Amino acid sequence: MTPDQPVLTAHRAGLVGCRSCGRVWPVDRETCDRCGADLVPPDRRGLQKVWAWWLAGLIMYVPANLFPMMRTQTFAGLQGSTEATILEGVVELIHYGNYDIAIIVFVASVIVPIAKFLSIAWLARVAGKPATVDQAQTRLKIYEVVEFIGRWSMIDVFVVAILSALVQLGFVASIHPGPAAVSFALSVAFTMLSAQSFDPRLIWRGLPLRSRTDDTGQD
Amino acid sequence: MPLARAGAVLILQAMDAQGSFDLTTGRGLMACPRCDALHVEEELEPGETARCIRCGGVLAKPRGGAFGQLIALAFTSMVLMMGAVFFPFLEISRMGFGNATSLFGVAMAFADGVLLPLVLAVMAMIVGLPVLRSFLLVYTLAPLAQGRAPYRHAAMAFRWSEELRPWSMAEIFVIGTAVALVKVAGLATVHLGPAFWAFCALILVNLASRGFMCQTTIWDAIEDAGLPTDGRETARGPAR
Repeated sequence: MTPDQPVLTAHRAGLVGCRSCGRVWPVDRETCDRCGADLVPPDRRGLQKVWAWWLAGLIMYVPANLFPMMRTQTFAGLQGSTEATILEGVVELIHYGNYDIAIIVFVASVIVPIAKFLSIAWLARVAGKPATVDQAQTRLKIYEVVEFIGRWSMIDVFVVAILSALVQLGFVASIHPGPAAVSFALSVAFTMLSAQSFDPRLIWRGLPLRSRTDDTGQD
Repeated sequence: MPLARAGAVLILQAMDAQGSFDLTTGRGLMACPRCDALHVEEELEPGETARCIRCGGVLAKPRGGAFGQLIALAFTSMVLMMGAVFFPFLEISRMGFGNATSLFGVAMAFADGVLLPLVLAVMAMIVGLPVLRSFLLVYTLAPLAQGRAPYRHAAMAFRWSEELRPWSMAEIFVIGTAVALVKVAGLATVHLGPAFWAFCALILVNLASRGFMCQTTIWDAIEDAGLPTDGRETARGPAR
């Protein structure tokens, strides 16, 4: 368990740590000499980027759910041609009794994106606000989960691609991708960028012991 | 003693005791990328793990002979990817109608109208970026493994390789294939091609590569091998 004692951070020591390679530099440096990454001090102003990508992702998530993800044609349209949005696709899977796959698709393309939007918004709101060590640990956990799980939402786009490439049986059956595939892919990419723009060091800046050392006070 | 023990208290005590680090320039120090806690850099033995005293994140986890292993795994993954691209991927048939697709075919599924940009994106995520990352890793590590000075821009190559990691989605693609197969199973008979198995093997190779990878060790090695990253640090002299 983490000892509940004051910890000297690079920021408080008047230094800046490189988020890419961990090297520590004087605070007025702008690029890391070792890895070439830009040096950014932990600052709430960086959250603007998080919110911008977050909003872009949310906007793209709307058409992703309204437009069809794919169009299925069986027997040259004689047996019907169905257009399915994400949710309709899940319902269809349940209808055919594929409960396990229905759960995977539902979790990957509905639960995960929504949970991701909520978590990033919450993290960005509480970042830099006062917290206890335990709360900070919880927030870091949530951040790590969001960062890890974000890319897995792309699974739906791949499924559509594989099905559309594979199921081209002329008269018998064919599957074509729908416009929602693009907006869904963009939504996933934007939320990934939003999560990547979030600086986890901000989680720790609000720890109470900070009030003893009055540094720049810019947050 | 692993790096992880070296926290704030130790820093304050050790400050005048030894000159292994410098609180004004940051020499000999390392900041946790997740929580900014300062640590004193120390050499770790292979197999030791350094964790951040504050957030518990892994700071360094060197493995003996890791560079050679990583290079071998990167080459393996390039060869497998070659197979995955050129062999047939999946094949289905029903009522005398059949269709086969390669990995390119999968990406080309989006090749009409507004979906066109997705072709490039999908191609990059499942083939382009994994290959590029393997290449960048070999470029960075090959000279280091032989104890020579790194190639030019090795630091940039390795940084890019790390930044592109979340966008290289081969393993997600494999799970996507599994989902697609179940969806198709009721509709037609499916045959798995060699490319599919190459992709599955690729996932295992990537997992192994991840286990051997310790970014901190590689950064230190690049620095110790005296690489002028892009000529900038010669202006202020070497850090050690």
